[in-house]
Amino acid sequence: MMDRYTKLQMAGIYFCVAIFLIFMLLPFFEMFMASLRPLEHLFRSPYQFWSTDFSFDAYSKMWETVPLLGRYIFNSIFIAFSVTAITMVFVVPAAYAYARLKFPFKNASLAIFLGVNMFTGAVLLIPLYRVLRSMGLLNTYWAMIVPGVAFLIPTGIWLLRSYLEKIPLELEEAAFVDGASRMYTLRRVVLPLAVPGLIVVGVAVFIGAYAQQFLFAITFNQTRELQPLPAGLYEFIGYQSVTWNEMMAAALVGVLPVMVIFLFLQKYLVAGLTAGAVKE
Amino acid sequence: MSDVTQSIKGGVKHGTARRNILPEGVFAWMLVGPAMLFIGVIVAWPLAETIRLSFMEAGLGGEKYVGLANYEDLVSSRKFHQTIVRTFYWMFLSVALKLILGLIGATLLNAAIPGRALFRVLIMPPWVIPIAIGCIGWLWLYNGYFGILSGVAQKLGIVDGPFEFLAYKTSAFYSAIVTDVWVGVPMVTLFFLAAMQGVSRDLYEAAWVDGAGRWYRFRRITIPQIMPVIVSMSLLSAIFTFNSFEIIWILTEGGPRGATTTLIVDTYKTAIGNYKFGEGSARAVIIVILLGLFSLAYLFFLNKVNKKYGAK
Repeated sequence: MMDRYTKLQMAGIYFCVAIFLIFMLLPFFEMFMASLRPLEHLFRSPYQFWSTDFSFDAYSKMWETVPLLGRYIFNSIFIAFSVTAITMVFVVPAAYAYARLKFPFKNASLAIFLGVNMFTGAVLLIPLYRVLRSMGLLNTYWAMIVPGVAFLIPTGIWLLRSYLEKIPLELEEAAFVDGASRMYTLRRVVLPLAVPGLIVVGVAVFIGAYAQQFLFAITFNQTRELQPLPAGLYEFIGYQSVTWNEMMAAALVGVLPVMVIFLFLQKYLVAGLTAGAVKE
Repeated sequence: MSDVTQSIKGGVKHGTARRNILPEGVFAWMLVGPAMLFIGVIVAWPLAETIRLSFMEAGLGGEKYVGLANYEDLVSSRKFHQTIVRTFYWMFLSVALKLILGLIGATLLNAAIPGRALFRVLIMPPWVIPIAIGCIGWLWLYNGYFGILSGVAQKLGIVDGPFEFLAYKTSAFYSAIVTDVWVGVPMVTLFFLAAMQGVSRDLYEAAWVDGAGRWYRFRRITIPQIMPVIVSMSLLSAIFTFNSFEIIWILTEGGPRGATTTLIVDTYKTAIGNYKFGEGSARAVIIVILLGLFSLAYLFFLNKVNKKYGAK
């Protein structure tokens, strides 16, 4: 019927998909190959794609070379998780207000939130550094969590608002008529209905927090034990003799836990994006 | 007080007030207030401070008011003009590529072929992993001695010896663009795909019955239907790309000889690298102004698009 393809078209589509996927996955493939490559291979010329002395040694040695690797992995997830949790605490009530209530300066304040989306931390680093210093937060987890939260709140409000708008009003009205207070209605009626939306927004915020912790970490935190994965590994790149194969192994193993979690959550994320944020 | 007749949006009137209900405006601000306060301390105040610092000569030693001197330096600096031009070129090229590839990718993944759920998962890793980790992979790819790109190019005889992608001005710039596109494409693709799946099948079927081919349906149905998403994604991508810092910093630190120095990298180098807080702040203010103007122009354009394509 309409969706039927000829064999040739099918082949063409798969060919294009293959090229697209190669582009998306090439760096991972390269990192994996590099992790197998013995160090003395690095400057061997001509270039060898494969040789028999490739091994998985790097995956056991990396734990000695990067002694804090486990800690970095934990830090990354811990920071991203904390950012997500705190962001949601701020986002949920605010998004509800923007979705349902009428109040003075509604549009103006929403514009301010969206305006924050325009900056990244990189523009505000110096004063941000001073703010964090005066609060005594430098070189703590908070130095990386607090800015992360601030820059993700607007995105969260924007995403969640469009979900909450889709929840039928009748239930809230019914609760209201029955004499429930506003807060009670929000907690007991709206939030349970919004769970799928909360998951989507939570995952989106988590990805944002996880993918972008590098800048704040290298600027606001000097404590090695607290560094997230990217900052922890980046430190090694500056060294005289970089054991590249171990570095690649560490990077791959480092992102593995989150990739596995994501594999389980991606279905919700895609379904949520389809249902919510885009189709207004 | 109008408490008793307060209503949620739907307009339900309450004749009897069993409890003292908060006025809607007060309640709303109780909900929005904390988020606003947080943003105020962490973003608005530093922004005000940045503006103040931009009129100072400030460093580790202290601050001295210098008026517009920092701005005057920038206005008369040819290097800075080049940086602005480079930044916009960087932004337009990268965003264009992200949108084109995103559109192609979404169309491919939207095709009814076996395995598309798997393909959809496989395009997401660049978006999900820390940007800095992806860049370490690209750093290796671009390496002349042990990267696969240079390796394959040598085997094919395109280059004689190892080719260092990040060592030459032009190749470093385009290499950084490729990596930036790589980071940005999955999200754009996903949003386009979501939008495409939201287009009503009836439209396609009606066109198909009338004998419209695939290309015609794509041009006349898909594109207009998802236009609002295309426009909003291009604004988002433009802002991300303009502000893209980690990719350039890890790949080249703005080099070689400034070839990949965009405004954001220039600001970071000036302020954090050289401790020239005042000059760095002036750059930051200019970034904010440029992005603000750009966004306004964009919103204007978005309005027109929405009118034309009748976005709900």
